[in-house]
Amino acid sequence: MRVKIFVYLKDGVLDPQGKAVERSLHALGYKEVQDVRMGKYLEVELDAPSRQAAEERIREMCDKLLANPVIEDYRFEIEE
Amino acid sequence: MRWGVIVFPGSCDEQDVYDCLKNNLRQKVDFLWHKDPLAGKFDCIVLPGGFSYGDYLRSGAMARFSPIMKGVVEFAQKGGLVLGICNGFQILCEAGLLPGALTRNASLQFICRRVFVRLEETDTPFTCAGKKGQLLKLPIKHGEGCYYADPTTLERLHKNRQILVRYVDAKGRTTPAADPNGSLDHIAGVCNEGRNVFGLMPHPEDAGEKILGGEDGLKIFSSVIEACDKRGKRAWLD
Amino acid sequence: MARLSAKQFPQPPVSADTIASHGFSEEEYRRIVQILEREPNFTELGVFSVMWSEHCSYKSSKVHLKLLPTDGPAVLQGPGENAGIVDIGNGLAVVFKMESHNHPSFIEPYQGAATGVGGILRDIFTMGARPIASLNSLRFGAIDHPRTPYLLSGVVAGIGGYGNCVGVPTVGGELFFDESYNANILVNAFTLGIAEKKRIFTGKAKGVGNPLIYVGAKTGRDGIHGATMASEAFSEESEKRRPTVQVGDPFTEKLLLEACLELMKGDCLVGIQDMGAAGLTSSAAEMAARGGTGVELDLSRVPLRERGMTPYEMLLSESQERMLLVAKKGKEEQVKRVFERWDLDAVVVGKVTRDRLFRAFFDGAEVVRIPVAALTSEAPVYTRPAERPQSQDDVQRLDLEKIEEPADLGAALKRLLDSPNVASKEWVFRQYDHFVRSNTVVAPGADAAVIRIKGTEKGLALTVDGNGRYCYLDPYVGGILAVAEAARNLACVGARPIGLSDCLNFGSPERPDVMWQFSQVVQGMRDGCIALGVPVVSGNVSFYNETDGVPIYPTPTVAMVGLLPQVARHVTPWFKSPGDIVVLLGRSREELGGSEYLKVIHGLAKGTPPWIDLRLERAVQHSCLKAIDKGILHSAHDLSEGGLGVALAECCISGPEKPLGARVEPREMMRGDARLFGESQSRIIVSLKEKDLNRLREIAEKEGAPMQVIGEVGGSRLVVHPLIRLPVDELKSIWSSSLERRLRDAR
Repeated sequence: MRVKIFVYLKDGVLDPQGKAVERSLHALGYKEVQDVRMGKYLEVELDAPSRQAAEERIREMCDKLLANPVIEDYRFEIEE
Repeated sequence: MRWGVIVFPGSCDEQDVYDCLKNNLRQKVDFLWHKDPLAGKFDCIVLPGGFSYGDYLRSGAMARFSPIMKGVVEFAQKGGLVLGICNGFQILCEAGLLPGALTRNASLQFICRRVFVRLEETDTPFTCAGKKGQLLKLPIKHGEGCYYADPTTLERLHKNRQILVRYVDAKGRTTPAADPNGSLDHIAGVCNEGRNVFGLMPHPEDAGEKILGGEDGLKIFSSVIEACDKRGKRAWLD
Repeated sequence: MARLSAKQFPQPPVSADTIASHGFSEEEYRRIVQILEREPNFTELGVFSVMWSEHCSYKSSKVHLKLLPTDGPAVLQGPGENAGIVDIGNGLAVVFKMESHNHPSFIEPYQGAATGVGGILRDIFTMGARPIASLNSLRFGAIDHPRTPYLLSGVVAGIGGYGNCVGVPTVGGELFFDESYNANILVNAFTLGIAEKKRIFTGKAKGVGNPLIYVGAKTGRDGIHGATMASEAFSEESEKRRPTVQVGDPFTEKLLLEACLELMKGDCLVGIQDMGAAGLTSSAAEMAARGGTGVELDLSRVPLRERGMTPYEMLLSESQERMLLVAKKGKEEQVKRVFERWDLDAVVVGKVTRDRLFRAFFDGAEVVRIPVAALTSEAPVYTRPAERPQSQDDVQRLDLEKIEEPADLGAALKRLLDSPNVASKEWVFRQYDHFVRSNTVVAPGADAAVIRIKGTEKGLALTVDGNGRYCYLDPYVGGILAVAEAARNLACVGARPIGLSDCLNFGSPERPDVMWQFSQVVQGMRDGCIALGVPVVSGNVSFYNETDGVPIYPTPTVAMVGLLPQVARHVTPWFKSPGDIVVLLGRSREELGGSEYLKVIHGLAKGTPPWIDLRLERAVQHSCLKAIDKGILHSAHDLSEGGLGVALAECCISGPEKPLGARVEPREMMRGDARLFGESQSRIIVSLKEKDLNRLREIAEKEGAPMQVIGEVGGSRLVVHPLIRLPVDELKSIWSSSLERRLRDAR
C-alpha cells in the first residue's frame, strides 16, 4: 500500500519559510491569505499485512526518524 | 588525554578539528568511522560539522542512527565528554543527548561570518578555562542554526544554567542584530544537565590560529584539556 | 527496475528531420556517412551529435586557442586533460580549472549553478587532488530587471548549497550586472585542488583488457542533450526545456570525492574521468582517445534510476555525480570494496580494447560502432569567418568635451559606491562557507583570496577577473586587461602568478562579428600572458550566449593562481593605521572610456577602454611584490572599476574593523571626474610607514615604476583635495548595504 505522510512544524514554532511564502502571496495580491505553514510530504510504498499494522509501523517511523517531536507534528493517509 | 573525532558520511569539518587539536594543541586524536562500534579509551568525543547524510530529511536526523552513536550515548551516560559542533550539535539534539532542536535560520539563508559569543557559565569541562562574560570571536557557517526549545525546556535550561554561550555584539550585548539566525534567547550552545555533553553552532576549530583570523576557539578545547587534567579532583566524572 | 530488451528497442529511423534536430549540417552528416562507410543508426547519430557539439569538440575555437601560451617550467599538465596542473614545490602540485554553466543556470538557477560547481569539483578530484578552494565569476542582467533578483538568489543559493555541503570553501569571486546579460547570465565556476606530485591521475584508458568501472549515482534521463543545449542560442523555446536540466546531489558527490581519493591511495587505478557533458559517451571516448585504445561498453550493466531507458538515453544522459574508471585487471573487487565502504555503486560496464573503436552493446546486440578518433581528434574543426563590424567605430566614439562634469563629485562617488558593480558583495559571500578546511587567510572581498598550504610556509592566492564592457569596446585590449588585472590582483596580496584558467563566454560563432571578438580577445590574452609570464593551463569556451539574436558582451573570465613563498607576509587592501603614508604606484591618464563612472553617471557604454603598456604593468606589479617581500607595505589595493575615488574609499571602508579616513591630493592635472573615476590601468594604492618610503622609492625606481606620495591615512573622512570631503562612516554604510537593499526593493 501507499502511505502519504505530512510532516509540519508545530504551532508556535517559528516557520520562516511559511512566512516568506505568505509575504510573497500578499505581494502578488492574494490579500485573503491569513497564514502559511510549510512542511514536508513523503510517499512511502509499504508492504503490510493489514491497515492497522501499517498504521502502527508508520507511526513508529515518524516518531523515530521522519519527524522530530521537539518541533514537528505529522499525519498520514493510507491508500490501498 | 585522547580525542576521538567521528566521521559521518557527509562530515566536512572533521579534518579541521583534527588539525586544530593536533597542530595547535599537540593532542592525540583519532578519527572514528560511523559504521564501527565505539571502541577504545577516549576522554572526549567530537561530532564535527558538515552535512551528515546530506542533511536531507532534517539536519542530524539520520546520523543519530549510525552504528557508532549507540556507543556515544553510553559513553555520555557514563559521564564521558561529548562535544558537538554545528552539525554535531544538531545530531546530539536529534539523539536526545541535548535538549531542543535547531531549525532553519530566520533569514532562510546559509550564513557564514564571524560572530561574538559570550561565555555564560564556566563550571563545565568545555568552558572552565574561560571567564564568565568573556567574549569569543568565532566563525559560524550554517543554514539551520536557529535554536528552539519549548517553554518548559527553556525554563529548565535557565534553572540549571545549561546555556553556555550566547550570541552577542562586539560590546557583549545580546541584541536582535547580533543574533545571526533568530535563535531563541540568543542561544549559541547548550549543555546537558550532567554538564558533560555540549553542543554549539560556532566553529572553534576554525578559530585556532592567528593567521586564520584569531585563536579564540582554542578556549573551548583547552577547557576540555584542563578539565581532563584535573579530572581526579572534579565532580563531572565519577 | 524494468529494463528494455533489444527487441523492445527498435532504433528509430534516421531521417532528414532527426539529422537536423541533432544539429548537423548536411556537410557534417555526409562526413559521418563517409567515416562509417554506411548510414549511422539513431543511437550513433546521438553519439556524434554530442561529441561534435561545440561544447565537446571546440570546433569553432580550436584554431584560435592554439595561440595561447600553455607552457612554463612549473606546468605539469596544460589544456586537454580534466584540469591543468602546476608544480608548487614541496612535492605538491595544484590542479585547477574553470568551467561555464551558463545556459542551465538561466533555465533553473539553483540546480544549474549547483551542478556547475559539482562538475568542476569532479574535474579536480578525478586527477587525484583534494579540492581546497572554489571561486565563481557571475554576470547578471541589470539589477532592476525583473528576473535578476530571482536568478541571482537562485544561483548564489545553488553555489552555496552544493559547495558548502561538499566541504570545499568558496573563497572569492566576482559579480557584475549589465543589461547585456539580461537574458543570458554567466555562471563560471572554478575549483583548485592540491595533490601529491607523485599521485596524479589522468583520464587515460590504457591496458587492453582492463575493466571500465562505473561508480557513483545511478543514470536517469537528466540533461539528455545538455551539451547540445549549451551549443545553441537561447530562445523562448529553451525556457520550455526545463527537463533537460540536471539535479545535483552534493551528498553523493561528497561520498564520491572521499571514495575516489581513498581509492587513489592504493594501486588499483589506471585512469579516471568524470561523466560530465555528454556523460558516458564522452568520458569513455575521451579516455580511449588519450590512451590510444578502444572501449567496449555493455549498456545492460549501467545502473539505472528510471524504467525503460534506451541505449541512446544511457549514452547521452548527463546525470550528475558519476565517474568512469579504468582499473587494473583483477583489482575489480578491491575497487568495489572501497566504494561499498562509502555506500556507492561500482559496476564493471566494459573494457579497454585494442581496436580503437567506440563500441556499445545492449542486450547482446551491438548498438554503436564508431572509430574513437572520429569522435575526438578528427571531429570537425572550423575556421569561421571573422569580421570587425562597422558599428565598432561608433561604439568607440566618445567626445569627452560633450560629457558634462558633475558639479558635486562627492555625490558621484556615493552613487558609484552604491552601484551594485562596485558595492560590497558580502550579501553573496556570506552564503558561502569560506572557513571549512581551515586554510583561509584572506576571505572573499579582497583583491585576491589567500589560502595557506598546510604543512608548508607557502600560500596560494586566487582571483577571477574579466570586464565584458572593455571587451565589447575593444576586444583585443579587453583581453589584455583581463589578464593584467588578474595578475595585478595577485600582486596586491603578494603573490606571483603561476598559471591561469579561463572561460571564454561569447555569442554565436556563426556570426562573423562574434568570431572577430573572439579572435581579438584570445590574441589580447595571449599578449598579456606572454608579457606577464603566465601560462594558460585549462579552461573552456562557451559560445551561443545570446538571446533572440543579440549576443552578450564578449566576456572572457580569467581565474589566476599565484604563489606566496611565505603566506605570513601577505597584504590586504584596507588601510591599517593612522599616520601611514598613501602612495600611488603607476600613472593616471585622462581616460573615461568604458568606465563604470560613464555608465552609472552618464548612462554610456562607449569609448575605448583604458590604454595599457605591459612594460609599465610589469614594473608596477614587480614593485608591489618586492615591497611586500621586504615587508614594508601595510596595504595594497588595485585600481579598477570606479578608479582612484572608489579604490581610496575601499581602502578606507573595506576592512573588518572600524573604517579609517585618509587625506590625499593627487597631482595629475586633468578634469576632476577623470582624476577621480578614470580607470587607467597599472595602478596600485599602497600604504606604509613614513620611514619605509625611501625603500619603496628605491624599489620603484629600480623597476621603472612611477610612484607618487598622495597623502596620509587618518581622521574620519575621505578627503581628496579639493574635490571630495566625505565621512567614511557614510561611505561604508552606502557601500555595504547597497546590494541587499536593491534586492529587497526589487521584490
